[in-house]
Amino acid sequence: MGLLEKHQFIERNATLLLVGSLVVVSIGGIVEIAPLFYLENTIEKVEGMRPYSPLELAGRSIYIREGCYVCHSQMIRPFRDEVERYGHYSLAAESMYDHSFQWGSKRTGPDLARVGDRYSNEWHVQHLVEPRDVVPESVMPSYAFLKETPLKVTDVSMELKANRAVGVPYSDEMVASAKADLAAQADPNSDISGLLQRYPKAKIGDFDGDAQNLTEMDALVAYLQMLGTLVDFSTYDDAAGYR
Amino acid sequence: MNYVSETILLAVGTFLALLGAAFAYDSLFAAHMWVLFFVLLVSTVVMLRKISFAPAGQTSKSSVQSEYFDEVIKYGTIATVFWGVVGFLVGVVVALQLAFPDLNIEPWFNFGRVRPLHTSAVIFAFGGNALIATSFYVVQRTCRARLFGGNLAWFVFWGYQLFIVMAATGYLLGISQSREYAEPEWYVDLWLTVVWVAYLLVFLGTILKRKEPHIYVANWFYLSFIVTIAMLHVVNNLAIPVSFLGVKSYSAFAGVQDALTQWWYGHNAVGFFLTSGFLGMMYYFVPKQVNRPVYSYRLSIIHFWALIFMYIWAGPHHLHYTALPDWAQTLGMVFSVMLWMPSWGGMINGLMTLSGAWDKIRTDPIVRMMVMAIAFYGMATFEGPMMSVKAVNSLSHYTDWTIGHVHSGALGWNGMITFGAIYYLTPKLWNRRRLYSLQLVNWHFWLATLGIVVYAAVMWVAGVQQGLMWREYDDQGFLVYSFAESVAAMFPYYVLRAVGGAMFLTGALLMAFNVTMTILGYERQETVPGAAPALQPAE
Repeated sequence: MGLLEKHQFIERNATLLLVGSLVVVSIGGIVEIAPLFYLENTIEKVEGMRPYSPLELAGRSIYIREGCYVCHSQMIRPFRDEVERYGHYSLAAESMYDHSFQWGSKRTGPDLARVGDRYSNEWHVQHLVEPRDVVPESVMPSYAFLKETPLKVTDVSMELKANRAVGVPYSDEMVASAKADLAAQADPNSDISGLLQRYPKAKIGDFDGDAQNLTEMDALVAYLQMLGTLVDFSTYDDAAGYR
Repeated sequence: MNYVSETILLAVGTFLALLGAAFAYDSLFAAHMWVLFFVLLVSTVVMLRKISFAPAGQTSKSSVQSEYFDEVIKYGTIATVFWGVVGFLVGVVVALQLAFPDLNIEPWFNFGRVRPLHTSAVIFAFGGNALIATSFYVVQRTCRARLFGGNLAWFVFWGYQLFIVMAATGYLLGISQSREYAEPEWYVDLWLTVVWVAYLLVFLGTILKRKEPHIYVANWFYLSFIVTIAMLHVVNNLAIPVSFLGVKSYSAFAGVQDALTQWWYGHNAVGFFLTSGFLGMMYYFVPKQVNRPVYSYRLSIIHFWALIFMYIWAGPHHLHYTALPDWAQTLGMVFSVMLWMPSWGGMINGLMTLSGAWDKIRTDPIVRMMVMAIAFYGMATFEGPMMSVKAVNSLSHYTDWTIGHVHSGALGWNGMITFGAIYYLTPKLWNRRRLYSLQLVNWHFWLATLGIVVYAAVMWVAGVQQGLMWREYDDQGFLVYSFAESVAAMFPYYVLRAVGGAMFLTGALLMAFNVTMTILGYERQETVPGAAPALQPAE
């Protein structure tokens, strides 16, 4: 075993051991992760994806803050049962603006990748306030405090700018009107033409049933109601998207 | 012992935390800075009280440079036991929350915030302290050199505890990046990076000034663990904060690239934090406790390089059948299956170290614990490759099977080998003749083993049942079960799982008691069963 005896050389040289280990552990990541950034077919070509509206983004931050990803996945696998239960399997394109991704790893509760438009706003509010009122078997915690907590985003445009810094294509117009858009989306009486132009298919309305106050519940429900609704699957070619 | 400059730095840090709280961009950052302020304030006061105002040049106790630096390891041992009990306790709490959702107390103690507390407490607080303490112990003995950097080791220890406190309080406040096992936000990550670089300096510096020509195998594993975790931590946590005085940051990556980066990190937190580092522990404490040399030197070379090379590739098996491109999934699966071999190389090398001393399993409960740890390591590293096969994963993914798998590794392998190391270390560090009670170690062994078996078996059944219920069709072609029905079916398993966890926690409490009594210098009068076999007269 000549080669193994040469190993003594490394065993006597800490720097060599350190550098050798670092090189050996770098290879796998470089080969697996780096191509995802330049292989063009990594993300499918789809119609309809857009950045989150300011209210949806605020709702998403609450989703992350409360650790929803711990029990809910947002990744439908291409199996018959999952597609029938949750809808079309998830595409990479559908999370292209998710910093961080919310695919999840555990389904203590059901997948939420296409929960948007499945239930009414009232159902969501009731379910978040007291889950077992609408789903007796549920083991989800209650999130009643969201309805009582006013939505506080210190500076909405800063949130959009931070996203822009990591690659989300928010335009200057979106950043400039971010604060107004945040308020307008939860107010059924506001002028929403600009908002809908910037964020097509955005859900407008008084989400939490309390028209007076803009609460965290408004934001979270706005986020949940848009999940999985953006891509138009009638024009999507499954075969072309395979990679 | 004068720490004047350190105390001044702490005081400055305290003041900065106060400024952070005052000028915070959002309320969560303000709350978190208040936590930091009070932690640093108490530390400053404690430090101030330690300063002796004697004339310069009169050092009270000149530390002898030839001795090993063991004081910090004593603290590390106590911290390991403490955080272990905390982590297991929180685990039992979250287990009960899943069975009885009324135990959730919104907003701070809802499952979504407490579960990261449990995982981080066990992996980083319990496991991390065990790794830091044992690596400091092992590297000094095997290099015959005092820790490099003097008080830098204290900085590593206390800096790491500060990281734990900031991470834990952050979770409960709702500060999270939503990256599993990397939840702390950007500023806590930056702090950990500083601490980790210091850790690398202390460890590598000690190796560089060693008096032994060879670097002992345990140190290869510790070194690769430290350096790889540094790489993983930095890359996975690349993010742009919204404000430098706010908690929120957005990951540098999105969607599919972010997912693979996170699971490249996540799987290798298992591979390097929970495997490579703990193998370092095994390579020192098992030969020491059984008083035999490591079974095979050649095997240790081969399995070391193979293990660290292959582990890094295995991340994509967390993303089977997702929107991750198929080629990456397949590559991840192939390497995960191959990884079985170097993993078992480590198991064989550990177990066979007992050759010629197998009787110690009967006579020495600490050896028994270590052997059980290696056995669980072997089982978990067989189960892992199996679950990474796509066909198996299609059933197991998203279910409690994964949770069962993780716990047979974490409780069985990481827990048991750490307990063994702590039982070995405690009498040595505090200069006691022996542990307070070996019978208590025996009780701990059985409580922990039975607890893990209950936990893992229950979660296997639960996970397989979940997976089968989700995909079951009736002969009309309709799905048989609603999702809610699969949740209701989990209730008995969730209760039993909490029972298994409670047994494991009870064992850890016995260890805490045993270690405390040993440190206080008590010895329980007892005969260890099997220690002196009664000979039967020939008839």
